[in-house]
Amino acid sequence: MILLASSIPTALGSVKLTAVSTEQNNGWNHLTSLYISTNLSSRLEVSVAETEKRNGKNAMNMQETFTVYLVETRPVEPLADGRQLAPDSLWRRYSEFEILRSYLLVTYPAVVVSPLPEKRAEFVWHKLSADNMDPDFVERRRVGLENFLQRVTSHPVLSHDSLLYQFLTEVSATSSRPGSHDELMKADSRLRALSATFRVRNPDRRFVEMKHYSDELQSHTSQLLRARARVADRLYGVYKVHGNYGRVFSEWSVLEKQMGDGLQSAGHHMDAYAASIDDILEEAEHYGDQLKEYLFYAEALRAVCRKHELSQYELELACQDLLSKKQQREELATGSVRTFSLKGMTSKLFGQEAPEQREARLHLLEEQIREGEQAVEERRSECQVHVGGAWVDVQRFRQQKDRDIREALIGYALMQISMCKKGVQMWSNTKECFLKM
Amino acid sequence: MLFTGISLFSGLSFLCGPFHCGPSLCGPSPCSCLFLIACSLSSCQNPSLAVGSSVSSSVVQGSLVHSPGALVRSSGSMVNQYGLEEEEEEEEEEARGGVPTRDLFVTVDHPESHVTAIETFIVYRVLARTTRGDFDSSEYEVHRRYQDFLWLRGKLEEGHPTLIIHPLPEKFVMKGLVERFSEDFIETRRRALQTFLSKTAEHPMLSRSPQLKVFLTEQDLTAIKKQGPSFLSRMGDSVRAAAIAVRGVRARPQEFGAMQDYADEFSCKMSALDKVTQRIIKEQNEYLEELSQYGPLYSQWAELEADLSEPLRGVAGCLDLCGRETEEQLRHLTEVLQPTLHQYLLCADTLKTVLRRRDHIQAEFEAKNDALASSAVSKKGDLETLKEEAAGLEERVESANSALKGDWARWGDAMRYDLREALVSTADKNQDYYEKCLAVWETFLLSQKTPPGQEED
Repeated sequence: MILLASSIPTALGSVKLTAVSTEQNNGWNHLTSLYISTNLSSRLEVSVAETEKRNGKNAMNMQETFTVYLVETRPVEPLADGRQLAPDSLWRRYSEFEILRSYLLVTYPAVVVSPLPEKRAEFVWHKLSADNMDPDFVERRRVGLENFLQRVTSHPVLSHDSLLYQFLTEVSATSSRPGSHDELMKADSRLRALSATFRVRNPDRRFVEMKHYSDELQSHTSQLLRARARVADRLYGVYKVHGNYGRVFSEWSVLEKQMGDGLQSAGHHMDAYAASIDDILEEAEHYGDQLKEYLFYAEALRAVCRKHELSQYELELACQDLLSKKQQREELATGSVRTFSLKGMTSKLFGQEAPEQREARLHLLEEQIREGEQAVEERRSECQVHVGGAWVDVQRFRQQKDRDIREALIGYALMQISMCKKGVQMWSNTKECFLKM
Repeated sequence: MLFTGISLFSGLSFLCGPFHCGPSLCGPSPCSCLFLIACSLSSCQNPSLAVGSSVSSSVVQGSLVHSPGALVRSSGSMVNQYGLEEEEEEEEEEARGGVPTRDLFVTVDHPESHVTAIETFIVYRVLARTTRGDFDSSEYEVHRRYQDFLWLRGKLEEGHPTLIIHPLPEKFVMKGLVERFSEDFIETRRRALQTFLSKTAEHPMLSRSPQLKVFLTEQDLTAIKKQGPSFLSRMGDSVRAAAIAVRGVRARPQEFGAMQDYADEFSCKMSALDKVTQRIIKEQNEYLEELSQYGPLYSQWAELEADLSEPLRGVAGCLDLCGRETEEQLRHLTEVLQPTLHQYLLCADTLKTVLRRRDHIQAEFEAKNDALASSAVSKKGDLETLKEEAAGLEERVESANSALKGDWARWGDAMRYDLREALVSTADKNQDYYEKCLAVWETFLLSQKTPPGQEED
């Protein structure tokens, strides 16, 4: 039961090669078949077009204001006569996206699931609003949610999920799906298990390294984001103080007859310079969002590694259990006591049991051993499937990360260039004014 | 001539007041001083020139007493101080080649620590180059400390109370952690001392001052400095004494009122500009601090990555280069713009001081006039004395006024020039900063454009 998968993601994320399917369809793993097909995004255009404020009652029956996002979908192919269909749309709020993502995390533990944009504004520099209702924050969140949907709909595995499709097209998807609540409860406990600590004896080396990498990635991106916010704060200060020049030049220009005009216009330029930083830094937030995405991705990557550890651990437990059962059978069969057992002690204390009882126990043990062997097989297959699928997705993730971060860095350079060009213009104009003094 | 001599004498005694000329000063009795003055006056064409203030300075200059030739020449230039002889002034200007060309160049450099048993202080090397005939040599090298500069300026003020003399850098004030011997402090002070000397050497009247010559040429200034305590403080005392009796200047000419207003406003503006600039420097420093922590984080991340390592290092490199450019820009602010603004802030105080002195001079005259007008004069002889004194003071007022007006215009031109230059160079430097950073990022962008063959799908 080997899983061979080789997916080469393109910019659109479509799968080019197939994978061999696994056998069973257990509650864990829907990785039953990857078939030659294009993924959802090549059939369906998905976007998060608008936002609106709504008022309603929350779970505790209290009045609250929240934002909803318009999810639009439209087939990529135009109609036969060449017309483009109008998009279907429905409103979703952030918490619904969260439910969707939790579902995906639980259902596809071998996938590095794209993160959502941040729940609360973090790494803010002082003038950037930390208010969730702030229009700039809402706009950035809209972009982030769109990005999330586009990533999952172009993922070779995730995009085939039926719940995802329902999320995009049916209004009542998240609330009325039968059994969804139970699944999520089960998922919740598994997720909690993931964060528990346990010792694994033979984890796959690659996943140990990958987990280490995810920790480092998280550390570096968060440090970077923090430092970036501090730099932005300081830069803001520098620009804004120049506004004071504007004020003083204006006042001074009244005093000086000869230099008046030059000073006055220089003062205006200083005001413009001071004002320009607001837009510059707001635009620069996009870069921050790109970094944040990978900060959160690090968590998702870590979750995949932890899932591996959990599977491996459960396998090892099952093996352990089987081994001890086999030893008990042996002892019972041969009459020798090698391992400590309660039965052994009590029989020593209270006398040997009757042969019928021993038979019964032996019989029970045989059954347990059979079950145990089956369990080990199941666990092993589960583990292997996970390892196979996860490794494929991890490679996909790495390539995506390299591409995206490189693009982000280029974008950052472009922003710096734009800022520098503005600065050159500004000071050149100011110099002209000073020369006229 | 005698009349003038007597009025000068009384003016002199008024000014000398309780002050006693030491033997090395007016070694000869006041009468011989008068004789010297009389000699100088004989060469002057306008006998009504009130030379009281300049006379007092010539009296206390030991060197002048010993070199009458120099006295004659410098008195000739004293005549032209007041700009009343336009023909002569033009002649002089023509002699200097039409545009007033400089014939005296000074530099202040090589600050060195000088240690004595009592104290440690910094000594600066002062070089002077000149083509002037009244200097024995064309090049001089002396060593001066800050106190010597203070002395010089004090003397110049005494000699020309209503001329606008460039300020000196402030005395050391314990400001934060600035050390008296820190490199930055010494360098800033050196530049300011340089500016002070250059401006003085450029000034048509001040550059002819005998004290300036002594400052630039005498190896040992201590002996000369010891000649009498600060005359100015004494003058201040006596003037204040007079001021007590005076209600303050009454009929200040409107133009000086306008100058006063300007001086006050200008002072405010310079102070504000100085503060804003200091604030910018502070913010810029903090920005630089954060930037220097931010850049290396990219390098650290690069160590974790494989393919990403190169662009990450690229960005780290760019941030490092931009940081250096920011340092450059900051340096310009602290070394060019800030000191200039600060000096003109100090100039504003000089303006106010000069206007105040002019007011005092006028107030003295008004007081004298009041005394004259009042009928509390008993003897006829006293009345005559008062009349003479009043006339002398009136002359003083007129010369002080014209000196101030002339110098005010000159100062205004210099101020506009200096401030414009400083602002232009700052804007230029800032533009340059952005252009350099632009180039850094564009180079990075170019490096990221993968050649077609290597492009990953």
